[in-house]
Amino acid sequence: MAYDKFTILRSSAVPLPIENVDTDQIIPARFLKATKREGFGDNLFRDWRYNNDNTPKKDFILNNPIYSGKILVGGKNFGSGSSREHAAWAIYDYGFRAVVSSFFADIFKGNALNIGILPVTVSPEFLEKIFKAIEADPKTEIEISLPDQTITIVATGAKESFVINGYKKHNMINGFDDIDYLQAMKDEIKSFPAKSIY
Amino acid sequence: MSNMPSTLFDKVWDPHVVRKIEDGPDVFFIDRHFIHEVTSPVAFLGLESRNIKVMFADRTFATADHNTPTINQHLPVEDPLSANQLKALELNSAKYNISHWGLNNPKNGIVHVVGPENGITLPGMTIVCGDSHTSTHGAFGAIAFGIGTSEVEMVLSSQCIMQPKPKKMRITINGKLGRGVVAKDVPLFILSQISASGATGYFIEFAGEVFENMSMEGRMTVCNLSIEMGARGGMVAPDETTFAYLKGREKAPKGDAWDKALAYWKTLKSDADAKFDMELSFHANDIEPQITYGTNPGLGTGITKNIPLSTAVKDGGASYKKSLEYMGFAENEKLIGKKVDYVFLGSCTNGRIEDFRAFASIVKGRKKADNITAWLVPGSHIVESQIKEEGILDILNEAGFSLRQPGCSACLAMNDDKIPAGKYAVSTSNRNFEGRQGPGARTLLASPLVAAAAAVTGIVTDPRDLM
Repeated sequence: MAYDKFTILRSSAVPLPIENVDTDQIIPARFLKATKREGFGDNLFRDWRYNNDNTPKKDFILNNPIYSGKILVGGKNFGSGSSREHAAWAIYDYGFRAVVSSFFADIFKGNALNIGILPVTVSPEFLEKIFKAIEADPKTEIEISLPDQTITIVATGAKESFVINGYKKHNMINGFDDIDYLQAMKDEIKSFPAKSIY
Repeated sequence: MSNMPSTLFDKVWDPHVVRKIEDGPDVFFIDRHFIHEVTSPVAFLGLESRNIKVMFADRTFATADHNTPTINQHLPVEDPLSANQLKALELNSAKYNISHWGLNNPKNGIVHVVGPENGITLPGMTIVCGDSHTSTHGAFGAIAFGIGTSEVEMVLSSQCIMQPKPKKMRITINGKLGRGVVAKDVPLFILSQISASGATGYFIEFAGEVFENMSMEGRMTVCNLSIEMGARGGMVAPDETTFAYLKGREKAPKGDAWDKALAYWKTLKSDADAKFDMELSFHANDIEPQITYGTNPGLGTGITKNIPLSTAVKDGGASYKKSLEYMGFAENEKLIGKKVDYVFLGSCTNGRIEDFRAFASIVKGRKKADNITAWLVPGSHIVESQIKEEGILDILNEAGFSLRQPGCSACLAMNDDKIPAGKYAVSTSNRNFEGRQGPGARTLLASPLVAAAAAVTGIVTDPRDLM
């Protein structure tokens, strides 16, 4: 099933300069009780975003109207912990299409790619530059070009390349997904177990 | 097959590659797939919306665990959302002819406990589940790791996922573990040395005397926590301990099939000159009972130590300070003597019979401290029966503890087993993230021995003082 195509994304960004943002923070387990993929964005960063009485916490970045955009910028080891794809769904549902960090946890990265969020790994120095640029001007724009595999701070022109494998890049640019690919090679897979002990 | 020396990991990974995609992932065949109620419903919806079928229903096993109550399991589940998820798992399993061990089934329990104890998990297999602690099954020399829901849909529909082959790391620990130092302390120690992201991008092989001398249950605890190091999973080469554990298990091979499997399993070890992308080694003498003080599993230390100064920690910046602030701790404070409110024994990390034996060995002849609320949650009905048969329940009851019913429980606090805000829990589970065990809950991860010592003294206590 296709998802949104991803080519060039130019947007302001929301900074979250915290390390080890785990998937329990992105979406706490008590909000995983749905049997459909709906409304997870409402509980994105729930316990950082809301007080116990459900009033917004004023000092949390998503509650600050100065910051907005389709790019989330996080500290290193973003998405560690649980394999819950709900974390990626919540980020997507909230409106983000790319997450930038100097380091992603493996499972989160795979989940993001599988639903059409681009995880962009940058150097720690470039990450720092992005945080500084947003601090100086919350509306500053970041441009991510998937075809060129580059990320640019538009105002300063500071640019860095990022890595993505050719297969995933092609999929994201075209909105293709892995399930369709696997369905297309079903016969080859069906005969595979005959070669195995199990 | 090439004659290049290869690792255990290569020996299991390579024969499962259906197709190599150039500049892309491997199409990777999955032998066993576990599902549970939380991460599978949307995958089944996906199958329906695409109008595709399950390819090999007999390779998938369903059990309900994440979102189940741990008391009164005979009654209808009160929370309508939880009940709905459990019902969805039951209906989806029935519709696609998938084995389903739901609530009250005598085989029910935590997915990573019931897989091994029923012999579904075998050496040389590839195993996935929509749960990061699937790494547990690596204890058998299987490649086992957690996947997302999109991948659950892939496995249901094609028995494959698309995975780039990870890099290989070997962690060798020789020597003999000291008194009061158990399996859980080993990965907590490794985490304190390499951090919660130290093995990201790698698959770990645990090697050396410490792991060779460990029981299967201990090895499961170690591999369980490999994901907390950032690794996709960890594994231990199968040996006589593995084979003895498996022999006679319900779904393990029997007769000629056993002999054939055994011959294959014996080939599953890294060649002497196999190359790893990274090698680390530690010594057993340096490991004392461990406890965590921060909000990721890498922030732990020996129980007799003080909380490190931020200047002494690799990532001692703002995130470290935020972490200590959440915990209500300060740099350089002693851990021993800190007040504890809750004790949780259970989870896929430490919810097996050996964990209950260890806990009972400390509380025997003592009494639960008055300030402690203790939740003791077996990993499965089979573990629960063992606890009763071995007389452990009597020891626990005499010391003022009671037993709950199997499930993931307070490890992730999806059900009602939530640690209240601000309270301290010594927990045998796997994650001390902010709010993991309940909004505002403060978790100190430790072994069943440390948990038991806290349960009878009401404070963080070195279990060696009670042995």
